[in-house]
Amino acid sequence: MTDFIARKLFTALVTIWIVSMLSFVIIQLPPGDYVTSYVQQLMNSGTAVSAQEAEALRAQYGLDDPVWVQYFKWITRVLRGDFGVSMEWQRPVADLLGERMLLTIIVSLSAILFAWAVAIPVGIYSAVRQYSLGDNVFTFVGFLGLAIPDFLLALVFLYFGYELFGVHLGGLFSPEFQRAPWSLAKAWDLLAHLWLPAVILGTSGMAAQMRVMRANLLDELRKPYVVTAEAKGLKRSHVILKYPLRASLNPLVSTIGYLLPTVVSGSIIVSLVLALPTVGPLLLGALLSQDMYLAGAIILLLGVLTVIGTFLSDLLLMWVEPRLRFRRIA
Amino acid sequence: MSDLTARNEPADHQAVYIATQWQLMWWRFQRHYLAMISLFVVAAFYLVAAFSGFLAYADPSASEAYRALIPPQPIHLFDETGWNPHVIGFERIRDPMTFKLVYAPNPELKVPVRFFAHGFEYRLFGIIPANIHLVGVADGNAAEVIHLLGTDEQGRDLWSRLMVATSVSMTIGLIGVSLSLVLGVLLGGLSGLLGGTVDMLIQRLIEVVRSVPVIPLWMGLAAAMPRDWSVLQVYFALTIIISLIGWTDLARVVRGRFMALREEDFIVAAELIGASKLRIIFRHMVPSFLSHIIAAVTLALPVMIISETALSFLGLGLRPPAISWGVLLQQAQNVQAVALSPWLMIPVIPVVVAILAFNFLGDGLRDAADPYGH
Repeated sequence: MTDFIARKLFTALVTIWIVSMLSFVIIQLPPGDYVTSYVQQLMNSGTAVSAQEAEALRAQYGLDDPVWVQYFKWITRVLRGDFGVSMEWQRPVADLLGERMLLTIIVSLSAILFAWAVAIPVGIYSAVRQYSLGDNVFTFVGFLGLAIPDFLLALVFLYFGYELFGVHLGGLFSPEFQRAPWSLAKAWDLLAHLWLPAVILGTSGMAAQMRVMRANLLDELRKPYVVTAEAKGLKRSHVILKYPLRASLNPLVSTIGYLLPTVVSGSIIVSLVLALPTVGPLLLGALLSQDMYLAGAIILLLGVLTVIGTFLSDLLLMWVEPRLRFRRIA
Repeated sequence: MSDLTARNEPADHQAVYIATQWQLMWWRFQRHYLAMISLFVVAAFYLVAAFSGFLAYADPSASEAYRALIPPQPIHLFDETGWNPHVIGFERIRDPMTFKLVYAPNPELKVPVRFFAHGFEYRLFGIIPANIHLVGVADGNAAEVIHLLGTDEQGRDLWSRLMVATSVSMTIGLIGVSLSLVLGVLLGGLSGLLGGTVDMLIQRLIEVVRSVPVIPLWMGLAAAMPRDWSVLQVYFALTIIISLIGWTDLARVVRGRFMALREEDFIVAAELIGASKLRIIFRHMVPSFLSHIIAAVTLALPVMIISETALSFLGLGLRPPAISWGVLLQQAQNVQAVALSPWLMIPVIPVVVAILAFNFLGDGLRDAADPYGH
């Protein structure tokens, strides 16, 4: 058991390390460095910067050091919670990200919750009534959900919401709450807006999970112990829900690890279409204006959060899967 | 074997015993109706891609302010006089309330349509100069009078743009998937063949790539492309970026097949009689898992197409004047604009149909890839 946790923790740390290097590469990619862009920006706004001042800035940020030293300095600053200053906003990156990161997490988690809440009952239904009309309909809907990219789904939802109901779907808050401090009313307003991104982001995951659930339960239902239970005259619902369902849920839990990265990825694009105040629009803006410290910090944090989420789902898997808990060596 | 004869119903029952592996696959594939239909759909998409210049009738980049946002005009093949293909013309009217230009269809104005008409110059397959188009007008410029799917905000013809976009988006997927395939076969093959530490390292790498949200990463890479790059440079850079997305699945398939085949009797036999490693791989192993690779490639293609569309949609992929599905959909980002001119949403349809078709086709191929299994 500790072996399993140690291995997963190690993979998680390595992944975070690689993500941090990739983020740093992305920060470094655009031609010129931070100071050239910064000086350029000051010049544009009419402030002259002398060569000495630029040199001082370079020294302060350590831009003349070898790349690996720069990486080391950057990552130690990040570990202390200092992500640098956003050039475009002239504010510390950490300040810009706080609430948007929280909303990104909320949107992603609610998408996963939606995917599960629909996939499990539908999967059970499809397995128990295999090849029935309902099963075929759900299979078809599942394929559609898998095939339609979520940002196109968002476009279609927006269009029909506007065309049929005359409402502008999108956003996470009503206008009166957008700048308001957090309160119960604001949280309620958030919930009222959350369903749409959750449905759009969750659909492809739901379709996949539904298929997994159906296949697992079908495998399980064919096992002799189910036949025995039925032969002994147990109630049908009891036969299905008591053991086969529990056994077939385990592989589902282990797929969170793959569901989470795709949902977080998707949330970036969908947020742009639906104008959600998550990190998505901020990331696009930062990339387009080459505000690289901001962009790098967002990419790093998204990666780290996903890895942490995956690690937590591994722990969850261990909790529901006794075989994993008691196995000595993986 | 009896199982196969029962299910495949070839006229001659003996046929199944002498059928080659590929024949068996084809028989099995034909049983998957959705996949069969999808095969034709995919073929149709590539035909459109190959003959995009012929199918377009207006220069896709020619913009004119005075023909902005014209609604679609369907072709009517018959009128009261019989066969007379035409579109209904329109008049430009100023809305008395808003002073906006509106287009009012006028049934009196029939614009006759000619098939195989001469039009703007293009290059067939990018090489052969040609000016024949599927539809056109007898005289004058087709771009002025026919707008099968309407025009966009800059007055460019949507049908013609969609044709060209199809060829760009479909080929970018193909090139991207070939690069992915090289990566996937190389890393997956090494992993499956060598095993041990190499296998462990490559597997961890795949695990890492799969556990990271890729879109923000590729957005970062795509945004780093210099602004002054030419359309062609951006196109190739983008194919490389999107090929980095799809290789992990291919690598897994290749590794799995290598692992499974390594233990097979015929491979061991080939090794024992002293066949070289390369001969074993290319003469014995590759033919027996080629079908699996083809299936995996077909399933990877829609992922490529979605990635390109998404990146271009965000303004990080292909940029105008390049035309692709994602570039066309940029115009549909604004709901108010789409509500006024719903035809701007039309490019959603080919994207979804192509992705569905590739998925069903790949599904059918995957089932058929192993004709000896169940």
